[in-house]
Amino acid sequence: MGRMSPPDGDIAVFLHCLQAVCGELLANEAELSALDRAIGDGDHGANLCRAAHALLEAADDLSSLPLPKALERAGMLVVTSVGGASGPLYGTMLMALGRAWPQDATAGAVADVLEQAMEAVGRRGRSTVGEKTMLDVLVPAARAFRESVASGSLGAALQAMVDAADSGLAATRPMRATKGRAAYVGERSIGHLDPGAASARLCLRAVARVLCESGSKELRS
Amino acid sequence: MSKFLNEPRDAVVEGLRGFARCHADEVVLNERPRFVRRRNPNRNKVGVISGGGSGHEPLHAGYVGFGMLDAAVPGEVFSSPSPDQILAAAQAVAGSPGVLFIVKNYSGDVMNFEMAAEMFDGETRRVLVEDDVAVENSTYTVGRRGVAGTLVVEKIAGAAAEQGADLETCARLAEEAIARTRTMGVALGGCRVPTADRPNLEMAPGEMELGVGIHGEPGRRRVPLQKADAIVSELLDAVLQDLGTPGDEPVLLFVNGFGGTPLMELYLLYDAACRILDERKVKICRSLVGNYVTSLEMPGASVTLTRMSDPMLTLWDAPVRTPGLRWGG
Repeated sequence: MGRMSPPDGDIAVFLHCLQAVCGELLANEAELSALDRAIGDGDHGANLCRAAHALLEAADDLSSLPLPKALERAGMLVVTSVGGASGPLYGTMLMALGRAWPQDATAGAVADVLEQAMEAVGRRGRSTVGEKTMLDVLVPAARAFRESVASGSLGAALQAMVDAADSGLAATRPMRATKGRAAYVGERSIGHLDPGAASARLCLRAVARVLCESGSKELRS
Repeated sequence: MSKFLNEPRDAVVEGLRGFARCHADEVVLNERPRFVRRRNPNRNKVGVISGGGSGHEPLHAGYVGFGMLDAAVPGEVFSSPSPDQILAAAQAVAGSPGVLFIVKNYSGDVMNFEMAAEMFDGETRRVLVEDDVAVENSTYTVGRRGVAGTLVVEKIAGAAAEQGADLETCARLAEEAIARTRTMGVALGGCRVPTADRPNLEMAPGEMELGVGIHGEPGRRRVPLQKADAIVSELLDAVLQDLGTPGDEPVLLFVNGFGGTPLMELYLLYDAACRILDERKVKICRSLVGNYVTSLEMPGASVTLTRMSDPMLTLWDAPVRTPGLRWGG
């Protein structure tokens, strides 16, 4: 099991991931907002697009930083550009990644940091898996990545992460929301996908696609 | 629902610019990061700061001024402000007595104010307003929403701070106001966020949404429209059931419009509420009727009751000079 990328390639890969994530968010604004309108207040797509614009605008500055600092700065940009609930949650995730990023970024070490970052998101939102939130995608995806990376290739681990994100999102449909604004509609949230889980899945897929391509591996769609 | 707009995404800041120009003798708008503060902050008293998504005007910026808030932090429409805005507002008005943050209980607001408090170099206390009885409170939910009762909390805490109360006392009085305040609302239609192409709540004519929130988000149930007396009776039932029978203690009766209901109808609802409370032997000691905590152009209203202790009455009656609320010497 090797490094995620060559040390001097880290920031280039990060930049590709950032661009891919922002591209996905911008392309899916309407879909995310539609999901949010059904059980929330309909602004999830617009909120994350503000983050995407801010991140793309700052991409040059970010790429001049060491990777941990770039992650932290990106987190703060997300927090300040988004507001709402998703800003602090995604921002906390990026800042936690940056603060704990391993010096020797082997896939295994990154997997541990990824899982810790998802726990930080849970603490910030005082939430846990099963409450119909982004955690229903983030937590199982990070776990699948860690479990799979211990025994297999990076490509297989990324595939496991994406698969877990897919099933995590699907699992939010029958859930009754107990956190976030969807909690206010109670029973009526059942039968709808959670918009935060949907955006989390989009982001993870985009990152996995870039990492697979940079490792010359194909990701099953 | 057509709107007066230039660019939809500029609606919040352009509205704030107009607000600050119109009330330039009292308030100042800081654009980056965005907050509204008193023109002449008093750093020798507890700073009282609130904020949240825009679209609820005059809440919160309209209550910046003598006897109420020191600063208000507006987010995008129906979306929490970010920690850097809240932090900058606190730094602009706070002195050694510290800062009281009055936060409506929404997960976004709670998290952003929490991050700001972590970054702020000074003493802070935070109270969470959760007066809406429409949403059941349980260990599984994030708790109740903060709605129109927020105005009562801002008035009580703001008056206490103006009189020189320390941070602990201001926080305790705010908590007391929260514990004694309950609200329930009803919508007759939806509202449209300026950047959205559709309303948040789509309703057929002749329907109403009972227990609606202040973002056009669904409430308890969708039912056919009833007579005003029956609607007010149901709202008051829910509020009184939760608040407990006030006994001899008189109440503040606050009928709040959501932005799309004429004052005539709000006073009609107030009249109904007075008759119903009279039948139930509940004594009304203070009243407030108008569009104070709105949900853009949403037609609808909420009814708030606060059980008033003598100290709270004194604080409620204390002078206030803000763009949105004004009385006393």
